[in-house]
Amino acid sequence: MNGIVKGGATLAVIAALCTALVAFTFVMTEERIEANEQAWLERSLQPALSGLFYDSGVTESMIMIPPPHGLPGSEAAIVYRVYAEDEAVAALFVVSARDGYAGPIRFLVGIDVQGNVTGVHVLEHRETPGLGDRVETSRSDWATQFDGRSLLDPEPTGWAIKRDGGQFDQLTGASVTPRAIVKAIRDTLLYFDTHRDEVFTMQAESKE
Amino acid sequence: MNSPSLADRFRDGLWRENPGLVQLLGLCPLLAVTSTFVNGFGLGIATLAVLVASNAMVSATRRWMQPQIRIPIYVLIIASLVTCIELIFKAWFPALDRSLGIFIPLIVTNCAIVARAEIFASKNPVGSSMLDGFVMGSGFAMLLMAIGLFRELIGHGSLLSRLDMLLGGEPLRGIVITDGGWLLAILPPGAFFSLALAIAAKNALDRRRRRGGAAHRPARRTSM
Repeated sequence: MNGIVKGGATLAVIAALCTALVAFTFVMTEERIEANEQAWLERSLQPALSGLFYDSGVTESMIMIPPPHGLPGSEAAIVYRVYAEDEAVAALFVVSARDGYAGPIRFLVGIDVQGNVTGVHVLEHRETPGLGDRVETSRSDWATQFDGRSLLDPEPTGWAIKRDGGQFDQLTGASVTPRAIVKAIRDTLLYFDTHRDEVFTMQAESKE
Repeated sequence: MNSPSLADRFRDGLWRENPGLVQLLGLCPLLAVTSTFVNGFGLGIATLAVLVASNAMVSATRRWMQPQIRIPIYVLIIASLVTCIELIFKAWFPALDRSLGIFIPLIVTNCAIVARAEIFASKNPVGSSMLDGFVMGSGFAMLLMAIGLFRELIGHGSLLSRLDMLLGGEPLRGIVITDGGWLLAILPPGAFFSLALAIAAKNALDRRRRRGGAAHRPARRTSM
């Protein structure tokens, strides 16, 4: 009986100590972690906005478009509006191509108000390392071929990989991943073409 | 047991009793994250830090430890330390944390840590236990780095890519030797092959040294 009480007490004391340790570390790191998250988000938006001048705080202009929206991906689509001196300059779509080789590929498509692609940047995927993962900007320049393209350049029928008779490079040994991404970019451009005004007039989501 | 010398303990941790290479503990993270050197290094250092701290805490509380409650206490200590390490990584090495993902929290499940708590730290003073954690952790970390280096070289054709995850700054591609390598090395089977090669290499080295040693001086009787 005494042993149980003693054991329980020891356990309680050590549990309290451990909890204090974790709480202390949490308080010490909380601010930095939050700043990192914010910085990471802002930074991951950058590659899709190459060559643009814009106001900071892009993440504050987020809108969520609930499905069905006609954009690639089945969940609510996230769009960041990009302004320069309160003038709309571009929109950043977070879309997911669902027909990748292994699960959805989440990526950013930046489109300026004239409908030209400002950049494509893959955020998340489970494609084969060494093959499909070269769509990542940090692994190859594949994703830069979309910069400056629009629905007029090429025409919608040309928005396919070369193997399918389109104008865009595939990757050696991997055509499923590029095919899915090209198609998703085209769909995003088509959406932006018909919904441009809506995108820029929607009320920003309040951050909570 | 007379206390072994410092050099002997390092030889144990890094070579003779290497947690990954000889005891084959903690294979899940070892196989999962070693696709590049930086990943191996990151997880190796995280595991090392947890091992030193958990050995210290287990050793410091060993006087109050009763046999019936020792396992829950190890679990408490290790789980809180891993949570702390995860927070520290998120705060100071966010890119590395993103790359290692779930494998940082999963350090909890690395049996090398609970094994050192049970075998060593629960019976030895704090200083000695911390040294033990450091030596064993280094052995594990070095194996992770070696396998990471090897798989990155063969599989990606590069060395030390993404060092920016440790040092900060712009993404670095490291020393690119060829563009793309032999894929198998970075796929999961490559991890098993690499570990097998590492174990085979260690055994071959040991055998050669034993044979070489026997030729020069009388056979040494090893007592462990």
